[in-house]
Amino acid sequence: MANELSTTLNDSTQYIVIRLGTEQYGIDIKFIDNIVRMQQITRVPQVSPYWKGVINLRGEVIPVLSLRVKMGMENDSETKDTRIIIIKIDQHEPVGVMVDSVKEVVNLSAAEVERVTSAEANGYVSGVGKQDQGLISILDTELVLQDM
Amino acid sequence: MDVSQYLDIFLDESREHLQNLNNNVLALEQDSENMDTINEIFRAAHTLKGMAGTMGYKRMQTLTHDMENVFSEVRDGNIKVNSDMIDTLFQCLDALEGYVTTIQETSDEGDNDNEPIIKALNDCLNAKGGADEAAKEEKSEKAAPAKKAKAKKKKAEPKKSEEKAAPLKLSDEDRKGIEDAMLANRKLYLITVKVQENCLLKAARAFLVFKAIEEFGDIIAADPSTQDIEDEKFDFTFRLVVASDGEVAPMLTAIKNVSEIEDAVGVPFNGDDVSEDAGENTAAEEVAEESAEEESEAEEKKEEPAKEEKHVQTAPAPVKAAEASHSGSQSQPPAKKAAGKPAVNRTVRVDIEKLDSLMNLVSELIIAKNSLVSSATSLGNGSNQLNDHIEYLESVTTNLHESVMKVRMVPIESVVTKFPRMIRDLSKKLNKPLELYMSGEETELDRTVVDEIGDPLMHLLRNSADHGIEEPEVRAQRGKPELGSIYLDAYQDGNNVVIEVRDDGNGIDVEAVRRKAVERGVLTEEQAAAADENEIISLLFQPSFSTAKQVTDVSGRGVGLDVVKSKIESLSGEVDVKTKLGEGSTFSIRLPLTLAIIQALMVVVGNEKYAIALGSIQTIEDISPADIKTVQGREVINMRGNVIPLIRLDEVVGVESNRQPDDNMVVLIAKKGDKLAGLVVDELIGQQEIVIKSMGKYINKCKFISGATILGDGEIALIIDANALI
Repeated sequence: MANELSTTLNDSTQYIVIRLGTEQYGIDIKFIDNIVRMQQITRVPQVSPYWKGVINLRGEVIPVLSLRVKMGMENDSETKDTRIIIIKIDQHEPVGVMVDSVKEVVNLSAAEVERVTSAEANGYVSGVGKQDQGLISILDTELVLQDM
Repeated sequence: MDVSQYLDIFLDESREHLQNLNNNVLALEQDSENMDTINEIFRAAHTLKGMAGTMGYKRMQTLTHDMENVFSEVRDGNIKVNSDMIDTLFQCLDALEGYVTTIQETSDEGDNDNEPIIKALNDCLNAKGGADEAAKEEKSEKAAPAKKAKAKKKKAEPKKSEEKAAPLKLSDEDRKGIEDAMLANRKLYLITVKVQENCLLKAARAFLVFKAIEEFGDIIAADPSTQDIEDEKFDFTFRLVVASDGEVAPMLTAIKNVSEIEDAVGVPFNGDDVSEDAGENTAAEEVAEESAEEESEAEEKKEEPAKEEKHVQTAPAPVKAAEASHSGSQSQPPAKKAAGKPAVNRTVRVDIEKLDSLMNLVSELIIAKNSLVSSATSLGNGSNQLNDHIEYLESVTTNLHESVMKVRMVPIESVVTKFPRMIRDLSKKLNKPLELYMSGEETELDRTVVDEIGDPLMHLLRNSADHGIEEPEVRAQRGKPELGSIYLDAYQDGNNVVIEVRDDGNGIDVEAVRRKAVERGVLTEEQAAAADENEIISLLFQPSFSTAKQVTDVSGRGVGLDVVKSKIESLSGEVDVKTKLGEGSTFSIRLPLTLAIIQALMVVVGNEKYAIALGSIQTIEDISPADIKTVQGREVINMRGNVIPLIRLDEVVGVESNRQPDDNMVVLIAKKGDKLAGLVVDELIGQQEIVIKSMGKYINKCKFISGATILGDGEIALIIDANALI
């Protein structure tokens, strides 16, 4: 509630900033259910290469995809910073997204985000946020999950 | 009055009453003279009206009221049932169903007054003057002479038929007792005792009545038998033959002094009523005989007249079933105000969500138990006591799981009872005489599955009615009876339930499908020529592929079979077709008994663990690579005369096998219908009870993986669906 209130008051959105290689991406916090450490992933045969498999999240079986492979980057190499972000959009089933690391939470007002057309930047980026630490590509999370 | 809290009950019960009405109106169409059916309909309509009134649904109440009026006239013999009336009644039931649905969606009955139907109902009422004669004419044409005579008789003595008590049904011993008592010249009385309808402990009251009577005389016979009375197997009335040396009046007073006894009537008894009298065939007797038939096989011999009567009426199987169930719910004839409840039914209505959460908890418990087992194993066999406890826990969880599963099982009856009505409507719409024969309605399936199979079955039945059964003229030319038969058979086969929809119609014209496939560009000419029959038939299950030459609003819009297939597959089931051109087709749906927890065989392939449902595995074999032969490029083994194709799971799942090529192989022989296949795995771990977890729609692209399960150590193993591989 508090988050929603502050976001509407300041006309800004909270994003979780994640890192893939050298690039920073922002995921709207409203889609994020949970962030968990890397754990054992069970491979699922005969599915698209970006699916890493399924994990056991407190008794639920949740599919995990690699954002790197999905964005056309080279395959993940697991480190101690690797995280799985559990994304849940409305009534849809939760999906885990594997990222190199999670950095921080930022507030970006609409003025700070420059919209981009989908033709640019892999098609999954809806805008670019400007902050002191550099540029943050805002992921169109819904589009990432629709495109399966 | 705030009635919202009763809304759910209202909706549930209204649906039940409407289904009941549907069945009975259908029965009435077959046998328009059956007073039981009419009474049952009247009762259901009346209850429905009362319920709608209480809940404040005025329109629904008005419509039910008008319907009830019609039945009231029918019951009193003022108007006759005819086919227009039946149509109107069905429309009326549909309209009521519409109200219920609207109420469920919006908590309001909507503003459809259904005036045309009300008018039609009133027309039925008004028709009683002039059309009565016509209706009678029509009836007598249809009815056999005997039946006509009976109808007349019934009309002539309606009073008698209602008031005349049914003959006593007595066992041979009772009969002998009566004879002895009569020889001993004792006074015999027939006492009819009626228990109050809200009485909770009927058997206890009956016991008190017995005790009261024994003060005055001996009970020498009872109907129902004393055993049945003690078991509460009677409605509200039972009759006793008492031998006494005194008068009947003080006895009756004593009986009436027992609390919750509504009435007791005693008359002198001379043994006459214990007769096999078939002379008079009044409605009341018929009921008595019919219900007698149900209650006791032993009585059957004496019921010859009634039985013949029943056969003459040739009610088709489904209707018979409806009739039977309804006569089962009838009370004994002497209870004039019958209240249609069979012996006390000890059931509780439980919300399915509560059962789901119970089931989830059981699943969690089994996962926890599995974890405990695996940690105990890793400790080594240090403590025997620990193992004992774990074994005990295992048996308890397994039993608990089975009990919960059983609670969730419901007979498919709840789904299939609407089909006879549907086929009747289709028969009228398509102008083809059709009959639906159902068997195995009592077959049980998990509630979640039962809720989902209605639509697919409906599609298949419509398909049979529309495409399967030929036009009556064509059937006549082919020497088939004009009446097209559709069968719906359900039965359990191992861990599966099979539901078959069969018809004696035209069957699938494989060549027509082949041509169509080429026309539509689904197959090239060469592909079509090369495809075998099964491949061609499987095309029917593809989206937008309909062979109906004519598009009707029954089927033939190109949706249907593909919907059926995807629905059944989403329930982890499968659809299979057997067909013979000119003779008919059979669609079989094979469904798993349960969806949640199964016994599985854990195997290792490469370095991955997989679970395979134990139900599909026949045997496990140890095969030497030397025994493998190659037939048409496929690896097969010859086992006890069967040539069985091999499926190497390492290749299927795409991992490197950890076995040497010349090692012996572990082969699981899996069976699907009459097909066998050998699944080659690297290692067996053992049998385990697993909880099936869905993997969600995102990653569900892999056909042969039917789900996942969480192992004792928290690791996930995927479940391989052997059926999908064969």
